[in-house]
Order: sequence, then structure tokens, then C-alpha cells
Amino acid sequence: MLARHVEERLVILFRQSKVIGGLYRSLGQEGESVATAYALERTDAILPLIRNMGALMTMGVRPLEIFRQYMAKGTGNSRGRDLNIHIVHLPPAGANEPVIVGPISMLGDSISVAAGIAMGARMRAALPASRRAPGEDKKPPLVAMAWIGDGATSTGAFHEGMNFAAVQRIPLVVIAEDNKYAYSTPIARQMAIARIDERAAAYGIPHEMVDGNDMLAVYDVTKRMVVRARAGEGAALVGVDTMRMQGHAQHDDMRYVPKAVVDEWQQKDPLLRFRRVLVERRAATDKELDDVDRMTKAYAAGEADLAVNEPMPDPATVTRGVYAGDDFAVPRVELVKSPFAEDGSSA
Amino acid sequence: MAVITYLEAIRQALFEEMAADDRVFVMGEDVGAYGGAFKVTEGLIDRFGEARVIDTPISEIAIVGSAIGASYMGMRPVCEIQFIDFIACCFDMLTNFAATSRYRNGAGVPIVVRGPSGGGVGGGPFHSLNPEAFFLNTPGLKMVEPSTAYDAKGLLKAAIRDDDPVLYFEHKFLYRRIKDDVPEEDYVVPLGTAKVRRAGKDLSIVTFGAMVHTALDAATQLEAAGVDTEVLDLRSLAPLDRESLLASVAKTSRVLVLHEATRTGGIGGELAAIVAEEAFEYLDAPVVRVASEDSPAPYAPPLEAAFLPSVDKVVAAAKRLVDY
Repeated sequence: MLARHVEERLVILFRQSKVIGGLYRSLGQEGESVATAYALERTDAILPLIRNMGALMTMGVRPLEIFRQYMAKGTGNSRGRDLNIHIVHLPPAGANEPVIVGPISMLGDSISVAAGIAMGARMRAALPASRRAPGEDKKPPLVAMAWIGDGATSTGAFHEGMNFAAVQRIPLVVIAEDNKYAYSTPIARQMAIARIDERAAAYGIPHEMVDGNDMLAVYDVTKRMVVRARAGEGAALVGVDTMRMQGHAQHDDMRYVPKAVVDEWQQKDPLLRFRRVLVERRAATDKELDDVDRMTKAYAAGEADLAVNEPMPDPATVTRGVYAGDDFAVPRVELVKSPFAEDGSSA
Repeated sequence: MAVITYLEAIRQALFEEMAADDRVFVMGEDVGAYGGAFKVTEGLIDRFGEARVIDTPISEIAIVGSAIGASYMGMRPVCEIQFIDFIACCFDMLTNFAATSRYRNGAGVPIVVRGPSGGGVGGGPFHSLNPEAFFLNTPGLKMVEPSTAYDAKGLLKAAIRDDDPVLYFEHKFLYRRIKDDVPEEDYVVPLGTAKVRRAGKDLSIVTFGAMVHTALDAATQLEAAGVDTEVLDLRSLAPLDRESLLASVAKTSRVLVLHEATRTGGIGGELAAIVAEEAFEYLDAPVVRVASEDSPAPYAPPLEAAFLPSVDKVVAAAKRLVDY
């Protein structure tokens, strides 16, 4: 709900011309973004894509950071140098915090970077104690999770990264989202295979397809892959069947998608479905869920208001921080209470 | 001191940095059991094991991409590109990911990407590249190219210890042809420092890499013709040692820029522009460039000889410059 409300608030800011550049909604994909990340431990690594804002917030990123980024504020993690969810959080080695590496626009690149993060963590575990940070020994072996859309699985970078992770038996779980369109190109023009998870067959790693709008199913499949990766059994890929319910960005009216398809997927909205499950199983009442809806909406609005009034970056800083050693401070990504328990477990 | 080859100096730098710092590791194609296509990494796997000397698939994107990821976790990867020509395959990863990372999010990428560069060995279009100009227009990257064994070792150590991505171009023509005295004790050659290889007062040849030796041979011939030539070895292409460049121009007032990459769009244009902008009043003649011809690198020895800069070409250009 929070992800949806943050984005709806961003739509308002976009219409007020306060969002700089494009706004890329994850409408319809919030459920899988949250449920996949929820299968991780708090100290794991995530490499989300633009439509995985829900994963960021699941790992504890404060919504304020997202608003700052979208409005190119000087207070944001990228200080107005880069867009939207392009944030990076590299915590001290012993900290009970996630590693977060936002995407770059060359989709596919983050797969091998994710593999390197997990490989680097594995190498750190082999360092002598004198080289390790306090608390580092207590952390569970790191699993990296990277999301990728159907379009980006067509890149060479995707192939190289997947293959490398497979042969090195790297604890990497890739969430491959079939959201039916890459910008305007339908998946049938992206791949000749029927299911996106079959991409993984070439790498000899486990893969499974899941109904991406069923949050519990997504969680279950992803959790299995995360557990086996953490146990040293190597990389895996989860194929997520979902639908991008808006255009590539706000300017895109999605005229290339038949209306019937949109209507059909509207009935499968992941938030509505999860809500029904919670109520049916008596995990929550409608009233409680309405309260959560109101609270998250108000929270998103409050965070947006805070960000709106923050300053833009100082033009005099334009060449600062290109290289090490010029002492140009970078604000750390602000983390708030996340669903994870203090000991880092998500169970 | 010990006399060692340029190649041995590179290998020593890798050995010593890996021994001194457990975070340093090597990855690339055939770098492990085989010891690298030119045997630069020979013996590393025996000493440090396959966890720190990683044979990768033929995947330059994955090599550099995973190095970026590992560096985010505090490791110090050294990637070997089997022939530097293949660096084009990971151009995106270097220019878009690595080079921008610190600027975007303060996330430094302390990686070294090294590989055999340059021609003169009959390598043809895909084994002869000097790629520095591809990357010169990308803020965030550093680039070095040694011309001596001493610098090969000292620059590689400095590159590995540097907190930014460094492209380390080693000239394959020099691997076993160049030997010099290298100290036993630890030292570095700081990035961004040029060195005057030969002092002179009539003309400055500004160059780097294998062309330093071409320039020195040309200087010897020019001396016989009464021209006192200075040879400035840039060593580091990004950052550039502008002070040493401008000091040499102020001293000689005549500049010949020499590089092995092709002429158009090469680093020579940038060097000439710096001189024109900042030292115009010192010049007694236009800046002259000597570089490879504007064609792909050819294979046949007579074609390659015609393609590459040579002592004769440098001497001829220098004489024109002095007579201007």
C-alpha cells in the first residue's frame, strides 16, 4: 500500500512539474516487489529496477529518499545527480543494514554487479579476522537479489552475468519480471520461449514461474530460492507473471495494449487480492486494512511535503565528487524501521 | 635493485599487492592455471589459490561488472582483459557504471582493469589497440601506461591502492624487450605524474608507453643533427600532469605530440588544445602530432610499419618543427 501511495503522491508532484524528468510507475507490480524482497534477510543485497520501489521500502528505505530523488533535491543520496530510485547504500561491513545498489539505465548491467556483490561478500568471509569488521562474523551469508524485466533479459549483459553467477555458484537470486511489455514491445518480440524463467535453463540453475500478483505465492517460491542460495547451492531465477498497468512512464498512454488485457489484469490487482486473503484468513479485518491504507497515504503525503521544501543542489558543486579525495560529503540513505526483526530475520 | 623485464615488473606488483592485502584478487580469462595469455599472472594461482585468481568465462561485461560489485563490498579486484581490444566489450560497464558511480552516489569503485595494448607485433585489427582516447572523454576513470619496468611496477601498485577505477594499459611490445633496475623494496609511482626521460631545450616530444622509446631513439638521431630534444613521458593519461607538460613547453617552445593510437580524435588533440589554451604565448611553432594513420590496425608487416609511428616519422616531423 505504501509503495502505491508513494507513487500516487509522485503523480501529483509530476503534474505540478515538481518531479524532474519522467515518472515510472510500478502499478500492478508492487506486490511482487515487496514479496520477493521480504524473502531476504535485512543484511542481504538488493539491486532493484525502476518498478521495484516496493523492494526498497521493504528493506527499510525511507520514502522521503524516493521523493528527494524524483525531485532532484540536493539532500538526496545522489544530490540531484541521478534519477528516481538510483540510490546506493553500502553499509559498514558489520552493520545490520542492507546493501542497496540502484539500477543504471543500461538494463542488464546490474546482474553481474549483483553477482560481484555476493562474490565479494563470500570473499570477505574468507578474510582473516583482523581484516573483518566488528559484527561481521554474526551476519548470515549474504544473498544478492536482482530484479530484471523481460526486455532486459534480452541483453548480453544479462547473459554474461547469469552465466558467471551460475559457474561460480554465487548466491544470487534473480527475479525476472514478465510484465508483458518492454516500453511498447510485447514479450513475444522479446523472446521465442513461452516462459521467462526458461531463460535460466541455459545456465543450469533452478528456475520457477510464479503468479506475480499472488504475494504469498511469490514469497514462497522466492524464499525457497533464497534459502538454497544461502546454503551455498548457487544462483536461481524466479519468473514472475505480472502486468505493467501503466505506460513505460507517465507520458506513455499505452495505446499499444488492448483494453481488454488491461481490464483483465485489473481484476488481478495484487493489493486487492492480498487484502482478500488477509480478510478471508482472518489475519486482518477490513477496518484494520482501511486504517493501514489511510496511515500509509498520510505517511506518503507527509514525506512528500518534507521533500518538496528541501533545496536543490548547489550548481557550484557540479564537478565535485567525480574522483576520490575531494571530501565531498554524500548523504547516507536514511533507513527506517523495516518489517525485519532487530536480529535481521524476516521469519 | 634487480634487473627485470617490464612483464616481470607487472607480475611482481600483482604478487606483492596480493601478499600485502588479502582484499586484492585477480580475475580474467585464462589467468589461473595457464597464467594468462602472456604469462603475466603465471604462478599467482599456486601462491594464492583459485579463490583469489579466478578464471572467468569469456565475458568482459561480467568480469568488470562483478569486479564493481566486489569492490562495493570492500575488495580490490584486478581484472585482466586478455587483449585490451576486448575492453570494447565492457565499454558500457566501465563508462556508464564504474565511471559514474562515485559521482552519482558516492560509491567508489576501486578496481583495476589491465591488459596488453599496442601494436608492432603483427596482431592485426583486433590485437593491437591503444584505447585511451575511447575513455579520455569519460570523467571518473583514471588511465596509466608505463614505459619502463620501474614504472610498470610502481604504477600498478599505485593503481591497485587507488580508490577509483584505473585502466592500466601495458604495452605488449615492451613485455620482454624492456628491462631495467627495479628496487627490491616497496614503492609506487603516483598517478598523475609525468617524467622527463631526456632533458632538452629545442623541442619537447610529449608521449607515453612504447612511443617513449621511439621518441628517445629519435632524440638520439636529432642530437646528431644538432637538435636538443626533451622527451616527456606522461605515464598517466588521466589525470594528466598538466604542470609538467606546460613546464616543458615553456622551456622549449616547440611541441611534438607522439602517440601510437590513430591520429583523429586521439589524446594528441587534447594535449595540443591544452598547450594552445594555456601556453600559446610560449609557442614558436604550431603543435605537431605524430600518430598512427587513420585506419584500422593492419596485419601484414609492411602495412603495420606504414601504419605505426616510427623513429623516421618522428625525426622528420621534429625537423619540420625546428625549421618552422
